[in-house]
Amino acid sequence: MSDAVTHQASTSPSGHDSISAPGMIGTIRLQAPPAELQREPMIAHQRSPGWLSDAIAGVAECKTPLWWWLAFIPSVIMMTVCFSMIIYLLSTGVGVWGPGHPVMWGWAIINFVWWIGIGHAGTLISAILFLLRQKWRTSINRAAEAMTIFAVMCAGIFPLIHIGRIWYGWWLFPIPNSFGIWPQFRSPLMWDVFAVSTYFTVSVLFWYMGLIPDLAVMRDRAKNKIRKFSYGLFALGWTGSNRHWSHYEKAYLILAGLSTPLVLSVHSIVSLDFSVSQLPGWHTTIFPPYFVAGAVFSGFGMVLSLLVPLRRLLHLEDIITVRHVELMCKVTLATGSIVGYAYGMEFFIAWYSGNPYERYAFINRATGHYWWAYWAMITCNVVVPQFFWFKKVRTCMWLVFILSILVNIGMWFERFVIVVISLHRDFIPANWGYFRPTWVDIMQYLGTFGLFFTFFLLFIRFVPIIAIAEVKGVTPQADPHHPLGGAKGGHH
Amino acid sequence: MPETPKIYGIIAEFLTPADLMHAAEKVRDKGFRKWDVFTPFPVHGMDKAMGLKNSPVGWFSFIGGVTGYTSGMLMIWWMNAYDYPVLIGGKPMFSPFGAFPPSYELTILLGAFGALGGMLFLNRLPRLHHPLLKHRRFAMATHDRFYLVIESSDPKYSEIETRKLLESLGSGHIELVEE
Repeated sequence: MSDAVTHQASTSPSGHDSISAPGMIGTIRLQAPPAELQREPMIAHQRSPGWLSDAIAGVAECKTPLWWWLAFIPSVIMMTVCFSMIIYLLSTGVGVWGPGHPVMWGWAIINFVWWIGIGHAGTLISAILFLLRQKWRTSINRAAEAMTIFAVMCAGIFPLIHIGRIWYGWWLFPIPNSFGIWPQFRSPLMWDVFAVSTYFTVSVLFWYMGLIPDLAVMRDRAKNKIRKFSYGLFALGWTGSNRHWSHYEKAYLILAGLSTPLVLSVHSIVSLDFSVSQLPGWHTTIFPPYFVAGAVFSGFGMVLSLLVPLRRLLHLEDIITVRHVELMCKVTLATGSIVGYAYGMEFFIAWYSGNPYERYAFINRATGHYWWAYWAMITCNVVVPQFFWFKKVRTCMWLVFILSILVNIGMWFERFVIVVISLHRDFIPANWGYFRPTWVDIMQYLGTFGLFFTFFLLFIRFVPIIAIAEVKGVTPQADPHHPLGGAKGGHH
Repeated sequence: MPETPKIYGIIAEFLTPADLMHAAEKVRDKGFRKWDVFTPFPVHGMDKAMGLKNSPVGWFSFIGGVTGYTSGMLMIWWMNAYDYPVLIGGKPMFSPFGAFPPSYELTILLGAFGALGGMLFLNRLPRLHHPLLKHRRFAMATHDRFYLVIESSDPKYSEIETRKLLESLGSGHIELVEE
């Protein structure tokens, strides 16, 4: 002990902790911050690792609650609607949808961009916040990643079915065909195919890898043979060996490092579908960062819409604390403000360019026939997130829930504004039109919610919805240098 | 008559990560080779306490990424510039800029497969049968207990001496694990 630096913690009557280190020049006194500046703990009530296992795994082990059935049955009905609309579309033709000259891209592309944007928050939480060592992410990353996967599935439906002749869908992939011709890789639409399919695959890999230790938890808790076998099969024989953790953590870090440029590239490439074209309103260089910010913004809206009710329904308030909700609100505020800046900058550049078509496209957005869509977008995406400046709003759960729904609506309108308003006024008035969706458009879109929620509800029932091993790792009990982790004080 | 079961090793239970880490440091310093610790979550600093080297998973990912990038570039050049060139808008048959986005995505795709596959390969997973998974207390290793296991195949293993060592390290529960 004599050669070691001894840390002695003592509590002074004033309530401030001081740490002194003899053996150094003088004595370093560190004042602990006053109570109002101290961070709230990641897990409330100092819950132990065992409690966390019970609380999280218990969600998938307890009797199915009534609210689950009340949510699941309508979801399955809507999922059936989704598939019925696809069958109707494919058996009749794309004429059952609203698009037609000059608005050739309608709800299919809007919904595609909207759903895939939602996915981005999951990857931001799982990858970017991991690299930035934002430990609070561990309480929400599993559910957010699941949201990503299901959202990308919903998104993927639209480009596939909007080609009309779905049986030629494989032409999008570099597979030899009888003409001997290959896909055209100069087209951003081809880049999109690679970006979205990679995004889906890597999201699934990342999600599954995070699940391996937690499936082992489920396996070890299983009460019957079927559960033990099925969880055991997918847990791949995980034992929690530290030699395994060592490789596992490195692989997880690498996956986070790969997912970060991936998520930034996916929505950038989606935006290139628009900006590489020559259309006023689409042909701008601001699109990639603006789309990525919008995607993260809408995704956080969706994460909040899902987790604010779920933390209550599943009694997980100690793990997804008010602080977590607040932090998510702050990210929403930041990305929402970037989106607001992008709207302003788009308008400015349209004016500054001196290009009459460009100017017209933007003035038409705000004052044309679709003015209501533009102002719905501005209200929901620029005004609504500004409420998150206030702590009272961020900590009021029902208000956060309502505002997060408005964010989702606003981001759908943003894509509507970009796709429909830009297309409906072509260069010459002979090519002007007014787009109206058909009932098939609407039911198809609503149907994807059924698909999304069916998968999400099944996920809640069968898979730990919070990363158990990761959450345990951020508790003080898991820290071998913390008294709660067994540290005896002094040198160890 | 049932034959005497083969012993896989000796398992010691600890209640806190700090206790386990002290034990690991001692076992490392004694020069054991075939041993491991089992924790419900990765314990920060345990790699050093066990004397583990940096994981080589990165190489698997790197090789995957390089393969993805080069095969993407070569595929696009071969398809659009060599096998069936189509002139579009006077653009070059092959340009690294247009070919970059798909190659970039393939880099990430194969890099990710390399990371996951490398992790599983280095850990020799999936392995659905393991002597420890049959041990009745070991289920707590994914809950809130911490275990240290020294295998009987370790050259320094001795049933009596190793047990004494583990007792001296403060384990409250020590058992033999059958193969």
